Amino acid sequence: MLRVYGETLSSRLFLGTAQYPSPSVMAEAVRASGIDLVTVSLRRETAGGRAGGRFWELINGLGVRVLPNTAGCHSVKEAVTTAQMARELFGTDWIKLEVIGHHDTLQPDVFGLVEAARILSADGFKVFPYTTEDLVVGDRLLDAGCQVLMPWCAPIGSARGPASPDALSAYRAHFADIPLVVDAGLGRPSHAAAVMEMGFDAVLLNTAVAKAGNPVAMAAAFAGAVEAGRAAFQAQPLAPRDMAVPSTPVIGKAVFE
Amino acid sequence: MIGKPGAAHPPYVHGRSLMHVLVKGAGVAGLTLAHELAARGVRVTVADIRPDSSGSASWLAGGMLAPWCERESAEEPVLTLGRMAADWWDNALPGEVVRNGTLVVAPPRDAAELARFAARTGGHELIDGPGVEALELDLAGRFQRGLFFPGEAHLDPRRALTGLREKLEAMGVAFRFASETTLSADLEADCTGMADGDAELRGVRGEMLILHAPDVALSRPVRLLHPRIPVYVVPRADHRFMVGATMIESEDTGPVSVRSMMELLNAAYSLHPAFAEAKIVETGVGVRPAYADNLPRVTRTGRGVRVNGLYRHGFLLSPAMAREAAEMLLGEKLRCA
Repeated sequence: MLRVYGETLSSRLFLGTAQYPSPSVMAEAVRASGIDLVTVSLRRETAGGRAGGRFWELINGLGVRVLPNTAGCHSVKEAVTTAQMARELFGTDWIKLEVIGHHDTLQPDVFGLVEAARILSADGFKVFPYTTEDLVVGDRLLDAGCQVLMPWCAPIGSARGPASPDALSAYRAHFADIPLVVDAGLGRPSHAAAVMEMGFDAVLLNTAVAKAGNPVAMAAAFAGAVEAGRAAFQAQPLAPRDMAVPSTPVIGKAVFE
Repeated sequence: MIGKPGAAHPPYVHGRSLMHVLVKGAGVAGLTLAHELAARGVRVTVADIRPDSSGSASWLAGGMLAPWCERESAEEPVLTLGRMAADWWDNALPGEVVRNGTLVVAPPRDAAELARFAARTGGHELIDGPGVEALELDLAGRFQRGLFFPGEAHLDPRRALTGLREKLEAMGVAFRFASETTLSADLEADCTGMADGDAELRGVRGEMLILHAPDVALSRPVRLLHPRIPVYVVPRADHRFMVGATMIESEDTGPVSVRSMMELLNAAYSLHPAFAEAKIVETGVGVRPAYADNLPRVTRTGRGVRVNGLYRHGFLLSPAMAREAAEMLLGEKLRCA
Protein backbone atom coordinates (compact mmCIF):
# COMPACT_ATOMS: atom_id res chain seq x y z
CA MET A 1 0.00 0.00 0.00
CA LEU A 2 1.22 3.46 -0.87
CA ARG A 3 0.68 6.26 1.62
CA VAL A 4 0.73 9.85 0.39
CA TYR A 5 -0.38 12.85 2.43
CA GLY A 6 -1.93 10.52 4.98
CA GLU A 7 -4.07 8.72 2.38
CA THR A 8 -3.66 5.15 1.24
CA LEU A 9 -3.62 4.17 -2.42
CA SER A 10 -3.81 0.54 -3.42
CA SER A 11 -2.49 0.91 -6.98
CA ARG A 12 0.94 2.31 -7.75
CA LEU A 13 -0.08 3.26 -11.27
CA PHE A 14 -1.60 6.71 -11.87
CA LEU A 15 -3.11 7.54 -15.25
CA GLY A 16 -3.75 10.80 -17.08
CA THR A 17 -7.12 11.28 -18.78
CA ALA A 18 -6.19 13.15 -21.95
CA GLN A 19 -5.74 12.07 -25.57
CA TYR A 20 -7.78 8.85 -25.51
CA PRO A 21 -9.86 7.99 -28.60
CA SER A 22 -12.94 8.69 -26.46
CA PRO A 23 -13.99 9.11 -22.83
CA SER A 24 -15.45 5.58 -23.00
CA VAL A 25 -12.07 4.12 -23.91
CA MET A 26 -10.46 6.14 -21.12
CA ALA A 27 -12.98 4.82 -18.59
CA GLU A 28 -12.40 1.26 -19.77
CA ALA A 29 -8.62 1.70 -19.46
CA VAL A 30 -9.07 2.93 -15.90
CA ARG A 31 -11.19 -0.09 -15.07
CA ALA A 32 -8.90 -2.57 -16.81
CA SER A 33 -5.85 -1.35 -14.92
CA GLY A 34 -7.54 -1.34 -11.52
CA ILE A 35 -6.02 2.02 -10.62
CA ASP A 36 -7.45 4.34 -8.02
CA LEU A 37 -6.04 7.70 -9.03
CA VAL A 38 -6.35 9.68 -12.25
CA THR A 39 -5.02 13.11 -13.09
CA VAL A 40 -7.11 15.61 -15.01
CA SER A 41 -5.82 18.62 -16.84
CA LEU A 42 -7.93 21.53 -15.82
CA ARG A 43 -6.49 24.14 -18.11
CA ARG A 44 -7.03 22.45 -21.45
CA GLU A 45 -10.44 21.17 -20.55
CA THR A 46 -11.83 24.59 -19.83
CA ALA A 47 -12.11 27.62 -21.99
CA GLY A 48 -13.34 30.99 -20.89
CA GLY A 49 -14.13 29.63 -17.46
CA ARG A 50 -17.03 27.40 -18.45
CA ALA A 51 -16.05 23.85 -17.71
CA GLY A 52 -16.89 20.76 -19.69
CA GLY A 53 -19.60 19.71 -17.26
CA ARG A 54 -20.35 16.41 -18.90
CA PHE A 55 -16.66 15.51 -19.09
CA TRP A 56 -16.26 16.22 -15.36
CA GLU A 57 -19.23 13.98 -14.67
CA LEU A 58 -17.55 11.21 -16.65
CA ILE A 59 -14.33 11.66 -14.65
CA ASN A 60 -16.16 11.75 -11.33
CA GLY A 61 -18.17 8.73 -12.43
CA LEU A 62 -14.99 6.65 -12.65
CA GLY A 63 -15.15 6.21 -8.89
CA VAL A 64 -11.44 6.88 -8.41
CA ARG A 65 -9.57 9.66 -6.68
CA VAL A 66 -8.95 12.69 -8.89
CA LEU A 67 -5.61 14.50 -8.86
CA PRO A 68 -6.20 17.68 -10.85
CA ASN A 69 -3.14 19.07 -12.59
CA THR A 70 -1.94 22.41 -13.86
CA ALA A 71 -0.69 21.10 -17.21
CA GLY A 72 0.16 23.84 -19.65
CA CYS A 73 0.68 26.54 -17.03
CA HIS A 74 3.76 28.62 -17.78
CA SER A 75 3.81 30.96 -14.81
CA VAL A 76 3.46 30.79 -11.04
CA LYS A 77 0.35 32.93 -11.15
CA GLU A 78 -1.34 30.77 -13.77
CA ALA A 79 -0.52 27.58 -11.87
CA VAL A 80 -1.78 28.96 -8.57
CA THR A 81 -5.04 30.20 -10.12
CA THR A 82 -5.58 26.90 -11.88
CA ALA A 83 -4.97 24.99 -8.63
CA GLN A 84 -7.54 27.13 -6.86
CA MET A 85 -10.09 26.53 -9.61
CA ALA A 86 -9.38 22.81 -9.43
CA ARG A 87 -9.92 22.72 -5.68
CA GLU A 88 -13.35 24.26 -6.10
CA LEU A 89 -14.35 22.14 -9.06
CA PHE A 90 -13.22 18.76 -7.74
CA GLY A 91 -13.46 19.37 -4.01
CA THR A 92 -9.90 18.16 -3.38
CA ASP A 93 -6.81 19.91 -2.06
CA TRP A 94 -4.54 17.52 -3.97
CA ILE A 95 -2.86 19.15 -6.94
CA LYS A 96 -0.30 17.92 -9.42
CA LEU A 97 1.77 21.02 -9.93
CA GLU A 98 3.27 21.68 -13.34
CA VAL A 99 4.98 24.95 -14.15
CA ILE A 100 6.30 24.62 -17.66
CA GLY A 101 9.48 26.49 -18.48
CA HIS A 102 9.85 25.68 -22.12
CA HIS A 103 6.96 25.52 -24.55
CA ASP A 104 8.57 23.01 -26.86
CA THR A 105 10.30 20.50 -24.58
CA LEU A 106 7.83 20.97 -21.71
CA GLN A 107 10.73 21.08 -19.24
CA PRO A 108 9.56 22.20 -15.83
CA ASP A 109 10.52 25.69 -14.72
CA VAL A 110 11.97 24.52 -11.42
CA PHE A 111 12.30 28.04 -10.01
CA GLY A 112 8.64 28.82 -10.62
CA LEU A 113 7.75 25.33 -9.43
CA VAL A 114 9.34 25.86 -6.00
CA GLU A 115 7.68 29.24 -5.65
CA ALA A 116 4.25 27.95 -6.64
CA ALA A 117 4.68 24.93 -4.34
CA ARG A 118 5.40 27.26 -1.43
CA ILE A 119 2.34 29.43 -2.13
CA LEU A 120 0.02 26.46 -2.59
CA SER A 121 1.31 24.52 0.43
CA ALA A 122 0.82 27.58 2.61
CA ASP A 123 -2.74 27.75 1.25
CA GLY A 124 -3.44 24.21 2.42
CA PHE A 125 -2.84 22.35 -0.85
CA LYS A 126 -1.20 18.94 -0.92
CA VAL A 127 1.21 19.45 -3.76
CA PHE A 128 2.52 16.74 -6.12
CA PRO A 129 5.26 18.59 -8.02
CA TYR A 130 6.34 17.52 -11.51
CA THR A 131 10.08 18.12 -11.42
CA THR A 132 13.41 17.05 -12.90
CA GLU A 133 15.75 14.58 -11.20
CA ASP A 134 17.76 17.48 -9.72
CA LEU A 135 18.43 16.74 -6.05
CA VAL A 136 18.70 20.35 -4.94
CA VAL A 137 15.37 21.25 -6.49
CA GLY A 138 13.90 18.22 -4.71
CA ASP A 139 15.22 19.50 -1.38
CA ARG A 140 13.76 22.94 -2.06
CA LEU A 141 10.37 21.42 -2.88
CA LEU A 142 10.36 19.57 0.44
CA ASP A 143 11.28 22.84 2.16
CA ALA A 144 8.34 24.43 0.38
CA GLY A 145 6.01 21.94 2.00
CA CYS A 146 5.75 19.07 -0.52
CA GLN A 147 5.59 15.57 0.96
CA VAL A 148 5.92 13.77 -2.36
CA LEU A 149 8.19 14.33 -5.35
CA MET A 150 7.49 13.45 -8.98
CA PRO A 151 10.67 13.47 -11.06
CA TRP A 152 10.46 12.90 -14.80
CA CYS A 153 12.42 10.10 -16.40
CA ALA A 154 12.33 11.73 -19.88
CA PRO A 155 10.40 14.63 -21.43
CA ILE A 156 6.58 14.50 -21.36
CA GLY A 157 5.14 12.33 -24.08
CA SER A 158 8.56 11.28 -25.38
CA ALA A 159 8.09 7.57 -24.56
CA ARG A 160 11.84 7.27 -24.14
CA GLY A 161 11.89 5.57 -20.75
CA PRO A 162 14.53 6.21 -18.07
CA ALA A 163 17.00 8.51 -19.84
CA SER A 164 19.45 8.67 -16.91
CA PRO A 165 18.99 5.63 -14.70
CA ASP A 166 21.95 6.61 -12.50
CA ALA A 167 20.39 9.97 -11.74
CA LEU A 168 17.11 8.28 -10.85
CA SER A 169 18.95 5.81 -8.55
CA ALA A 170 20.70 8.70 -6.85
CA TYR A 171 17.34 10.45 -6.47
CA ARG A 172 15.84 7.38 -4.84
CA ALA A 173 18.82 7.05 -2.49
CA HIS A 174 18.84 10.74 -1.56
CA PHE A 175 15.10 10.88 -0.77
CA ALA A 176 14.96 7.50 0.92
CA ASP A 177 11.88 8.27 3.04
CA ILE A 178 9.88 10.43 0.63
CA PRO A 179 7.23 8.95 -1.65
CA LEU A 180 8.60 9.26 -5.18
CA VAL A 181 6.49 9.00 -8.31
CA VAL A 182 8.11 8.82 -11.73
CA ASP A 183 6.07 11.19 -13.85
CA ALA A 184 6.46 11.60 -17.59
CA GLY A 185 8.59 9.97 -20.25
CA LEU A 186 7.53 6.34 -19.82
CA GLY A 187 6.79 4.62 -23.10
CA ARG A 188 6.51 0.93 -22.34
CA PRO A 189 5.59 -1.33 -19.45
CA SER A 190 9.26 -2.42 -19.22
CA HIS A 191 10.18 1.22 -18.48
CA ALA A 192 7.68 1.29 -15.66
CA ALA A 193 8.96 -2.03 -14.31
CA ALA A 194 12.54 -0.72 -14.45
CA VAL A 195 11.86 2.35 -12.29
CA MET A 196 9.72 0.35 -9.89
CA GLU A 197 12.60 -2.13 -9.49
CA MET A 198 14.76 0.84 -8.49
CA GLY A 199 12.39 1.44 -5.62
CA PHE A 200 10.21 4.27 -6.89
CA ASP A 201 6.86 4.22 -5.17
CA ALA A 202 4.60 4.74 -8.17
CA VAL A 203 4.48 5.86 -11.80
CA LEU A 204 2.25 8.39 -13.53
CA LEU A 205 1.69 8.23 -17.28
CA ASN A 206 -0.79 9.22 -19.94
CA THR A 207 0.38 9.25 -23.57
CA ALA A 208 1.89 5.74 -23.46
CA VAL A 209 -1.57 4.34 -22.73
CA ALA A 210 -3.86 6.88 -24.42
CA LYS A 211 -2.03 6.79 -27.76
CA ALA A 212 -1.37 3.04 -27.81
CA GLY A 213 -3.10 1.04 -30.53
CA ASN A 214 -5.22 -0.55 -27.82
CA PRO A 215 -5.28 1.76 -24.78
CA VAL A 216 -7.29 -0.64 -22.63
CA ALA A 217 -4.90 -3.56 -23.13
CA MET A 218 -1.92 -1.25 -22.66
CA ALA A 219 -3.29 0.07 -19.38
CA ALA A 220 -3.59 -3.48 -18.11
CA ALA A 221 -0.04 -4.24 -19.30
CA PHE A 222 1.31 -1.24 -17.39
CA ALA A 223 -0.57 -2.29 -14.27
CA GLY A 224 1.05 -5.72 -14.47
CA ALA A 225 4.50 -4.24 -15.03
CA VAL A 226 4.17 -1.85 -12.10
CA GLU A 227 3.16 -4.70 -9.84
CA ALA A 228 6.03 -6.89 -11.08
CA GLY A 229 8.55 -4.09 -10.64
CA ARG A 230 7.35 -3.40 -7.11
CA ALA A 231 7.45 -7.09 -6.18
CA ALA A 232 10.97 -7.36 -7.63
CA PHE A 233 12.13 -4.36 -5.61
CA GLN A 234 10.76 -5.90 -2.42
CA ALA A 235 12.38 -9.22 -3.26
CA GLN A 236 15.76 -7.45 -3.37
CA PRO A 237 17.16 -8.09 -6.84
CA LEU A 238 20.80 -9.02 -7.35
CA ALA A 239 23.25 -6.27 -8.14
CA PRO A 240 24.87 -6.72 -11.54
CA ARG A 241 28.38 -8.24 -11.62
CA ASP A 242 31.11 -7.99 -14.19
CA MET A 243 31.86 -11.71 -14.48
CA ALA A 244 30.02 -14.96 -14.79
CA VAL A 245 28.93 -16.68 -11.61
CA PRO A 246 27.93 -20.31 -12.17
CA SER A 247 24.71 -21.25 -10.50
CA THR A 248 26.13 -24.71 -9.73
CA PRO A 249 29.46 -24.86 -7.85
CA VAL A 250 32.36 -26.08 -10.02
CA ILE A 251 34.73 -27.13 -7.27
CA GLY A 252 33.80 -30.29 -5.40
CA LYS A 253 31.78 -31.74 -8.28
CA ALA A 254 31.53 -35.49 -8.11
CA VAL A 255 33.75 -37.22 -10.64
CA PHE A 256 32.49 -40.31 -12.36
CA GLU A 257 34.98 -42.41 -14.16
CA MET B 1 -40.16 12.57 -56.71
CA ILE B 2 -43.04 10.50 -55.38
CA GLY B 3 -42.88 6.79 -55.90
CA LYS B 4 -39.33 6.90 -57.16
CA PRO B 5 -38.47 3.59 -58.83
CA GLY B 6 -36.43 1.37 -56.60
CA ALA B 7 -37.42 3.14 -53.38
CA ALA B 8 -37.21 0.60 -50.58
CA HIS B 9 -40.52 1.47 -48.99
CA PRO B 10 -43.88 2.81 -50.15
CA PRO B 11 -44.37 6.45 -49.23
CA TYR B 12 -48.08 6.06 -48.58
CA VAL B 13 -49.69 5.47 -45.24
CA HIS B 14 -53.00 3.67 -45.06
CA GLY B 15 -52.88 3.60 -48.82
CA ARG B 16 -53.76 7.29 -49.18
CA SER B 17 -52.03 10.05 -47.15
CA LEU B 18 -48.43 10.88 -47.84
CA MET B 19 -46.15 10.25 -44.87
CA HIS B 20 -44.91 13.54 -43.42
CA VAL B 21 -41.69 13.81 -41.39
CA LEU B 22 -40.60 16.91 -39.52
CA VAL B 23 -36.80 17.15 -39.42
CA LYS B 24 -35.62 19.44 -36.63
CA GLY B 25 -32.23 20.98 -37.31
CA ALA B 26 -30.74 22.14 -40.61
CA GLY B 27 -27.19 21.07 -39.90
CA VAL B 28 -25.51 18.27 -41.80
CA ALA B 29 -27.40 15.56 -39.87
CA GLY B 30 -30.80 17.10 -40.61
CA LEU B 31 -30.17 17.89 -44.27
CA THR B 32 -28.70 14.48 -45.12
CA LEU B 33 -31.66 12.80 -43.44
CA ALA B 34 -34.10 15.09 -45.26
CA HIS B 35 -32.42 14.06 -48.51
CA GLU B 36 -32.66 10.35 -47.73
CA LEU B 37 -36.33 10.73 -46.86
CA ALA B 38 -37.24 12.95 -49.81
CA ALA B 39 -35.46 10.57 -52.18
CA ARG B 40 -37.73 7.82 -50.83
CA GLY B 41 -40.76 9.92 -51.64
CA VAL B 42 -41.53 11.05 -48.12
CA ARG B 43 -43.00 14.53 -47.51
CA VAL B 44 -40.42 16.41 -45.44
CA THR B 45 -40.39 19.70 -43.55
CA VAL B 46 -37.09 20.95 -42.12
CA ALA B 47 -37.25 23.33 -39.16
CA ASP B 48 -34.39 25.35 -37.71
CA ILE B 49 -34.03 28.39 -35.50
CA ARG B 50 -32.06 30.09 -38.26
CA PRO B 51 -32.97 30.75 -41.87
CA ASP B 52 -29.86 28.89 -43.03
CA SER B 53 -27.39 26.34 -41.65
CA SER B 54 -24.92 28.88 -40.26
CA GLY B 55 -25.80 28.13 -36.66
CA SER B 56 -24.80 24.50 -36.89
CA ALA B 57 -21.49 22.95 -35.90
CA SER B 58 -21.18 21.63 -39.45
CA TRP B 59 -20.96 25.20 -40.81
CA LEU B 60 -17.48 25.31 -39.21
CA ALA B 61 -16.42 21.83 -40.30
CA GLY B 62 -13.29 20.96 -42.25
CA GLY B 63 -15.27 18.97 -44.78
CA MET B 64 -12.71 16.20 -45.00
CA LEU B 65 -14.05 12.84 -46.12
CA ALA B 66 -11.10 11.06 -44.57
CA PRO B 67 -12.13 7.79 -42.92
CA TRP B 68 -8.64 6.27 -43.02
CA CYS B 69 -6.93 9.27 -41.43
CA GLU B 70 -9.66 9.63 -38.82
CA ARG B 71 -9.17 6.00 -37.84
CA GLU B 72 -5.89 7.09 -36.23
CA SER B 73 -7.75 8.42 -33.22
CA ALA B 74 -11.20 6.92 -33.68
CA GLU B 75 -12.72 3.49 -33.53
CA GLU B 76 -13.36 1.12 -36.42
CA PRO B 77 -16.96 2.20 -37.20
CA VAL B 78 -15.65 5.60 -38.33
CA LEU B 79 -13.83 3.82 -41.13
CA THR B 80 -16.51 1.28 -41.99
CA LEU B 81 -19.38 3.82 -41.93
CA GLY B 82 -17.33 6.65 -43.42
CA ARG B 83 -16.14 4.88 -46.54
CA MET B 84 -19.40 5.52 -48.38
CA ALA B 85 -19.45 9.23 -47.61
CA ALA B 86 -17.61 10.50 -50.69
CA ASP B 87 -19.93 8.56 -53.01
CA TRP B 88 -23.00 9.74 -51.14
CA TRP B 89 -22.03 13.39 -51.44
CA ASP B 90 -21.03 12.94 -55.05
CA ASN B 91 -24.43 11.46 -55.85
CA ALA B 92 -26.34 14.06 -53.86
CA LEU B 93 -24.34 17.05 -55.12
CA PRO B 94 -22.45 16.18 -58.30
CA GLY B 95 -19.27 18.21 -58.68
CA GLU B 96 -18.86 19.18 -55.03
CA VAL B 97 -16.57 16.34 -53.95
CA VAL B 98 -12.86 16.68 -54.70
CA ARG B 99 -11.21 13.28 -54.80
CA ASN B 100 -7.56 14.23 -54.45
CA GLY B 101 -6.79 12.24 -51.34
CA THR B 102 -5.13 13.48 -48.18
CA LEU B 103 -1.47 14.29 -47.58
CA VAL B 104 0.00 13.78 -44.11
CA VAL B 105 3.37 15.31 -43.27
CA ALA B 106 5.45 15.92 -40.15
CA PRO B 107 8.33 18.27 -39.39
CA PRO B 108 11.66 16.37 -39.55
CA ARG B 109 12.06 16.03 -35.80
CA ASP B 110 8.54 14.65 -35.42
CA ALA B 111 9.23 11.82 -37.88
CA ALA B 112 8.24 9.34 -35.15
CA GLU B 113 4.71 10.77 -35.34
CA LEU B 114 4.53 9.88 -39.02
CA ALA B 115 5.52 6.29 -38.27
CA ARG B 116 2.95 6.13 -35.50
CA PHE B 117 0.23 7.56 -37.77
CA ALA B 118 1.14 5.05 -40.48
CA ALA B 119 0.98 2.17 -38.03
CA ARG B 120 -2.47 3.21 -36.80
CA THR B 121 -4.05 3.68 -40.22
CA GLY B 122 -4.46 1.88 -43.53
CA GLY B 123 -5.07 2.95 -47.11
CA HIS B 124 -1.91 5.01 -47.40
CA GLU B 125 1.32 5.09 -49.37
CA LEU B 126 4.62 6.22 -47.90
CA ILE B 127 6.06 8.89 -50.16
CA ASP B 128 9.40 10.73 -50.26
CA GLY B 129 10.32 14.35 -50.98
CA PRO B 130 9.75 14.13 -54.76
CA GLY B 131 6.49 12.31 -54.01
CA VAL B 132 5.34 15.21 -51.84
CA GLU B 133 6.38 17.64 -54.58
CA ALA B 134 4.48 15.65 -57.21
CA LEU B 135 1.30 16.01 -55.17
CA GLU B 136 1.71 19.56 -53.88
CA LEU B 137 4.17 21.68 -55.82
CA ASP B 138 4.09 24.39 -53.15
CA LEU B 139 5.44 21.97 -50.56
CA ALA B 140 8.49 21.08 -52.70
CA GLY B 141 11.61 20.70 -50.58
CA ARG B 142 9.73 21.23 -47.34
CA PHE B 143 9.01 17.63 -46.38
CA GLN B 144 11.16 14.62 -47.18
CA ARG B 145 8.58 12.07 -46.11
CA GLY B 146 4.83 11.91 -46.08
CA LEU B 147 1.81 9.64 -46.18
CA PHE B 148 -0.63 9.82 -49.06
CA PHE B 149 -4.18 8.56 -48.62
CA PRO B 150 -5.41 8.33 -52.24
CA GLY B 151 -8.92 7.10 -51.36
CA GLU B 152 -9.90 10.19 -49.41
CA ALA B 153 -11.78 13.29 -50.53
CA HIS B 154 -12.98 16.67 -49.34
CA LEU B 155 -15.69 19.22 -49.96
CA ASP B 156 -16.55 22.75 -48.90
CA PRO B 157 -19.06 22.35 -46.05
CA ARG B 158 -20.82 25.67 -46.64
CA ARG B 159 -21.25 25.07 -50.35
CA ALA B 160 -22.44 21.55 -49.56
CA LEU B 161 -24.98 22.66 -46.94
CA THR B 162 -26.27 25.48 -49.12
CA GLY B 163 -26.35 23.27 -52.20
CA LEU B 164 -28.15 20.50 -50.39
CA ARG B 165 -30.74 22.92 -49.09
CA GLU B 166 -31.39 24.30 -52.58
CA LYS B 167 -31.70 20.80 -53.96
CA LEU B 168 -34.09 19.80 -51.19
CA GLU B 169 -36.26 22.84 -51.86
CA ALA B 170 -36.37 21.83 -55.51
CA MET B 171 -37.42 18.36 -54.40
CA GLY B 172 -40.37 19.87 -52.54
CA VAL B 173 -38.96 19.92 -49.03
CA ALA B 174 -40.33 22.82 -46.97
CA PHE B 175 -38.07 24.89 -44.71
CA ARG B 176 -39.49 26.67 -41.67
CA PHE B 177 -38.31 28.72 -38.71
CA ALA B 178 -38.49 26.61 -35.59
CA SER B 179 -40.60 29.28 -33.92
CA GLU B 180 -43.27 28.86 -36.62
CA THR B 181 -43.40 25.14 -36.22
CA THR B 182 -46.34 24.15 -34.26
CA LEU B 183 -46.46 22.01 -37.37
CA SER B 184 -47.80 18.58 -36.94
CA ALA B 185 -46.22 15.66 -38.73
CA ASP B 186 -46.57 11.92 -38.63
CA LEU B 187 -43.07 11.52 -37.28
CA GLU B 188 -40.22 13.69 -36.08
CA ALA B 189 -36.48 13.41 -36.54
CA ASP B 190 -34.45 15.29 -33.97
CA CYS B 191 -31.16 16.45 -35.51
CA THR B 192 -30.49 19.48 -33.34
CA GLY B 193 -27.02 18.58 -32.04
CA MET B 194 -26.16 20.34 -28.81
CA ALA B 195 -29.61 21.94 -28.66
CA ASP B 196 -31.03 18.47 -28.08
CA GLY B 197 -31.64 17.83 -24.40
CA ASP B 198 -30.08 14.35 -24.54
CA ALA B 199 -28.38 13.98 -21.15
CA GLU B 200 -25.73 11.66 -22.54
CA LEU B 201 -24.38 14.28 -24.94
CA ARG B 202 -21.32 16.32 -24.15
CA GLY B 203 -19.85 19.21 -26.10
CA VAL B 204 -16.32 19.30 -27.47
CA ARG B 205 -15.22 22.80 -28.33
CA GLY B 206 -13.48 23.35 -31.64
CA GLU B 207 -11.76 26.48 -32.90
CA MET B 208 -10.91 27.15 -36.53
CA LEU B 209 -9.58 29.87 -38.81
CA ILE B 210 -10.10 30.75 -42.41
CA LEU B 211 -7.05 32.26 -44.07
CA HIS B 212 -6.77 33.94 -47.42
CA ALA B 213 -3.31 33.16 -48.79
CA PRO B 214 -2.93 34.23 -52.44
CA ASP B 215 0.65 32.88 -52.49
CA VAL B 216 -0.27 29.34 -51.50
CA ALA B 217 -1.97 26.70 -53.59
CA LEU B 218 -2.92 23.27 -52.28
CA SER B 219 -5.16 20.76 -53.99
CA ARG B 220 -5.98 18.49 -51.07
CA PRO B 221 -6.23 18.60 -47.29
CA VAL B 222 -2.82 18.48 -45.61
CA ARG B 223 -2.44 17.21 -42.07
CA LEU B 224 0.56 18.36 -40.12
CA LEU B 225 1.44 15.93 -37.33
CA HIS B 226 2.73 17.13 -34.03
CA PRO B 227 2.74 15.23 -30.72
CA ARG B 228 0.47 17.75 -29.05
CA ILE B 229 -1.23 19.88 -31.66
CA PRO B 230 -1.99 18.02 -34.90
CA VAL B 231 -3.57 20.45 -37.32
CA TYR B 232 -5.06 20.25 -40.79
CA VAL B 233 -5.25 22.76 -43.59
CA VAL B 234 -8.10 22.29 -46.07
CA PRO B 235 -8.06 24.25 -49.32
CA ARG B 236 -11.23 26.07 -50.34
CA ALA B 237 -11.88 28.04 -53.48
CA ASP B 238 -9.96 31.24 -54.24
CA HIS B 239 -6.85 30.53 -52.12
CA ARG B 240 -8.85 30.33 -48.94
CA PHE B 241 -7.80 27.74 -46.39
CA MET B 242 -9.59 26.37 -43.41
CA VAL B 243 -7.15 25.68 -40.55
CA GLY B 244 -8.46 23.54 -37.74
CA ALA B 245 -9.29 22.47 -35.30
CA THR B 246 -8.84 22.37 -31.56
CA MET B 247 -10.48 19.69 -29.41
CA ILE B 248 -11.31 20.96 -25.96
CA GLU B 249 -13.61 19.26 -23.45
CA SER B 250 -15.76 22.30 -22.94
CA GLU B 251 -19.11 23.66 -24.05
CA ASP B 252 -17.91 27.22 -24.03
CA THR B 253 -18.82 29.05 -27.24
CA GLY B 254 -16.77 32.16 -26.47
CA PRO B 255 -14.24 33.57 -28.93
CA VAL B 256 -11.10 31.71 -30.00
CA SER B 257 -8.33 31.81 -27.37
CA VAL B 258 -4.90 33.31 -27.98
CA ARG B 259 -3.26 29.96 -27.30
CA SER B 260 -5.42 28.14 -29.83
CA MET B 261 -4.95 30.88 -32.39
CA MET B 262 -1.17 30.69 -31.94
CA GLU B 263 -1.15 26.94 -32.32
CA LEU B 264 -3.27 27.03 -35.46
CA LEU B 265 -1.22 29.83 -37.00
CA ASN B 266 2.08 28.18 -36.06
CA ALA B 267 0.97 25.01 -37.77
CA ALA B 268 -0.04 26.83 -40.93
CA TYR B 269 3.23 28.74 -40.91
CA SER B 270 5.33 25.62 -40.43
CA LEU B 271 3.48 24.00 -43.32
CA HIS B 272 4.36 26.91 -45.56
CA PRO B 273 6.01 30.24 -44.64
CA ALA B 274 3.85 32.05 -47.19
CA PHE B 275 0.99 31.67 -44.73
CA ALA B 276 2.71 34.47 -42.79
CA GLU B 277 1.41 36.83 -45.47
CA ALA B 278 -2.10 35.43 -45.36
CA LYS B 279 -5.07 37.39 -44.08
CA ILE B 280 -7.15 35.93 -41.27
CA VAL B 281 -10.58 36.35 -42.80
CA GLU B 282 -12.53 34.47 -40.17
CA THR B 283 -12.22 32.79 -36.80
CA GLY B 284 -14.86 30.33 -35.74
CA VAL B 285 -15.82 28.50 -32.58
CA GLY B 286 -18.28 25.66 -32.41
CA VAL B 287 -19.24 22.92 -30.02
CA ARG B 288 -19.39 19.41 -31.41
CA PRO B 289 -22.06 17.11 -30.01
CA ALA B 290 -20.52 13.84 -28.83
CA TYR B 291 -21.42 10.75 -26.88
CA ALA B 292 -18.94 9.15 -24.47
CA ASP B 293 -17.65 6.78 -27.17
CA ASN B 294 -17.30 9.62 -29.70
CA LEU B 295 -19.50 7.67 -32.14
CA PRO B 296 -22.83 8.91 -33.56
CA ARG B 297 -26.14 7.25 -32.76
CA VAL B 298 -29.53 6.84 -34.33
CA THR B 299 -32.03 6.19 -31.57
CA ARG B 300 -35.81 5.78 -31.42
CA THR B 301 -37.77 8.44 -29.62
CA GLY B 302 -41.44 8.61 -28.74
CA ARG B 303 -42.14 10.63 -31.87
CA GLY B 304 -39.63 9.17 -34.30
CA VAL B 305 -35.85 9.16 -34.26
CA ARG B 306 -32.90 11.13 -33.04
CA VAL B 307 -29.60 11.45 -34.93
CA ASN B 308 -26.84 12.93 -32.82
CA GLY B 309 -23.26 12.64 -31.58
CA LEU B 310 -21.58 13.21 -34.94
CA TYR B 311 -18.64 14.75 -33.03
CA ARG B 312 -15.89 15.68 -35.53
CA HIS B 313 -17.33 13.45 -38.23
CA GLY B 314 -20.40 15.32 -39.46
CA PHE B 315 -19.80 15.15 -43.21
CA LEU B 316 -18.08 11.78 -42.95
CA LEU B 317 -20.72 9.89 -40.98
CA SER B 318 -24.01 11.74 -41.56
CA PRO B 319 -24.74 9.85 -44.82
CA ALA B 320 -24.58 6.49 -43.04
CA MET B 321 -26.59 7.83 -40.11
CA ALA B 322 -29.18 9.37 -42.43
CA ARG B 323 -29.68 6.06 -44.19
CA GLU B 324 -30.07 4.24 -40.92
CA ALA B 325 -32.51 6.84 -39.59
CA ALA B 326 -34.57 6.85 -42.80
CA GLU B 327 -34.90 3.07 -42.68
CA MET B 328 -35.90 3.26 -39.05
CA LEU B 329 -38.55 5.92 -39.69
CA LEU B 330 -40.05 4.11 -42.64
CA GLY B 331 -40.02 0.82 -40.79
CA GLU B 332 -41.76 2.51 -37.87
CA LYS B 333 -44.53 3.86 -40.04
CA LEU B 334 -45.08 0.52 -41.72
CA ARG B 335 -45.43 -1.13 -38.33
CA CYS B 336 -48.00 1.41 -37.20
CA ALA B 337 -49.96 1.25 -40.44
